[in-house]
Amino acid sequence: MFPTILFFVFSAVLLAAALGVILARNPVYSALLLVLCFFNSAVIWLLLNAEFLGIVLVLVYVGAVMVLFLFVVMMLDINLEELRKGVAGYWPLAVAVAGFVVFAIINVIVVRHLGGAALRAAPALPPGYSNTRALGEALFTRYAYPAQLAAVILLVASVAAIVLTLRRRPGVKPQDVAQQVAVNARDRVRIVKMASEKRP
Amino acid sequence: MWTWAPLRSWLASLITSYWADPALNAVQILMVMIGLILVMAFYTLAERKIIGWMQSRRGPNRVNLFWVPGLGQPFADVVKLLFKEIVVPADANGILFRVAPFLTLIPALAIWAVIPFAPQHAFANINAGLLYILAMTSMGVYGVILAGWAANSKYAFLGAMRSAAQIVAYEIAMGFAMVGVLMVSGSLNMGAIVESQHGGPLSWNWFWLFPLLVVYYISGVAETNRAPFDVAEGESEIVAGFHVDYSGMAFALFFIAEYVNMILISALTVIFFFGGWLSPLDGYLPASSLLAAPSFFWFGLKTLFPMFGFLWLRATFPRYRYDQIMRLGWKALIPVTLVWLLVEGVLIYYHVGPWKGHP
Repeated sequence: MFPTILFFVFSAVLLAAALGVILARNPVYSALLLVLCFFNSAVIWLLLNAEFLGIVLVLVYVGAVMVLFLFVVMMLDINLEELRKGVAGYWPLAVAVAGFVVFAIINVIVVRHLGGAALRAAPALPPGYSNTRALGEALFTRYAYPAQLAAVILLVASVAAIVLTLRRRPGVKPQDVAQQVAVNARDRVRIVKMASEKRP
Repeated sequence: MWTWAPLRSWLASLITSYWADPALNAVQILMVMIGLILVMAFYTLAERKIIGWMQSRRGPNRVNLFWVPGLGQPFADVVKLLFKEIVVPADANGILFRVAPFLTLIPALAIWAVIPFAPQHAFANINAGLLYILAMTSMGVYGVILAGWAANSKYAFLGAMRSAAQIVAYEIAMGFAMVGVLMVSGSLNMGAIVESQHGGPLSWNWFWLFPLLVVYYISGVAETNRAPFDVAEGESEIVAGFHVDYSGMAFALFFIAEYVNMILISALTVIFFFGGWLSPLDGYLPASSLLAAPSFFWFGLKTLFPMFGFLWLRATFPRYRYDQIMRLGWKALIPVTLVWLLVEGVLIYYHVGPWKGHP
């Protein structure tokens, strides 16, 4: 009973925050509401005893991805008025895409008989069950090759992102750290010893 | 052993037994919070005194308490900060400016929920304790970024950007160091991590994971924005960084969060690498001896050493340049952890050291 109430509360906050993400006028607010969304979905996962997934969602998306997102949103001077000008004209396309997504989701629920699955309590786990361990075992035995493949694709993507954004500007003078470290006091400071002079 | 049972039954006699457990939790949480704030208050005094002595000064010595010069300084500071006006700049984003200090403080306090203070004494003995700590520490950066942005000041914003980049960078090294600890304990549970180190000082993790200990501690210093990594509030360049525009208690919240985080990093260093509440005399004294028994006393005593280290570092090193901080994080600490994880894997495979009886 109590988990069901919690589920509805967090789902309501999740939906409200998700609406806020697309309706907020300030992009920083949008990003923060997205953080709230991630938190609520993490809590819903926790309610289903998927503690590893829940905490990793917070760790990866809230702790790293959204920080960088906020970083970018704050750095860019986004002129919202200009962006909003042409948006209204695209509504038929938007309705079509939204309709298709809703259709697909309903289809999955009907085809796989998931109706009401979210309302049922999670199945009881055997004592000593750790879903971190279970996930690790699946990932490193049964799905080892797909996991490696995904990792390589991610690596290639991040290398590509760096190569695409790297621009070499002429005329910059970066420090050569190795050279700085190799410097000796002898090369920089000369201590001159001289006899004290007579007072005039 | 000491238990909570008498207090619980006393609470049950006051209110109904249904509410006894929540009330007991509230009492425990209050005890830890008050203890933490007191330790934090005297930590600031210790910092000023110790750095003073290291620099041949006397440190705070005007406010006397129990006839000890300077002992009352934290309380004088609190009174001063409480009575100061909290100024909100006219062009600041009012809501986020007010929320930001709380977003820094709340994660800093929430992490203590999974810290094992003594055997069987942690609020939440959850399976994924280590992950929870990683997730919560990464939350703290939001307060800093939002404070810098909401103040609508260039200095504050620069500080926030520096802090964000620094924390994201050092979190990776910190996470890898924790992976090494995880490989020893085979569990994400904090209590289990401490238990896996039992058997005297040489079987604590610091011996076999020494490079990871160094990496963890350095990243911890960087994560808390402490000297020599305190470019986020570098006074010589950007006034006070992300909290330039904060005054009074709003500033104090950032200050408390920073010091609570320092205590936390020290406590975690002890838990991960120095056997948490295990006794260093274990194995040298008869097992029935009180000093050989694991207890909160040892945990608290050991935590003081890394805490002192924070102050020592601050008194000793000049501030890093920003590009050097990034270089150290990405090009030195992360490779060290990766190499040592590989070495550790080989050690585990051949059952060397603490992995003798490993299946």
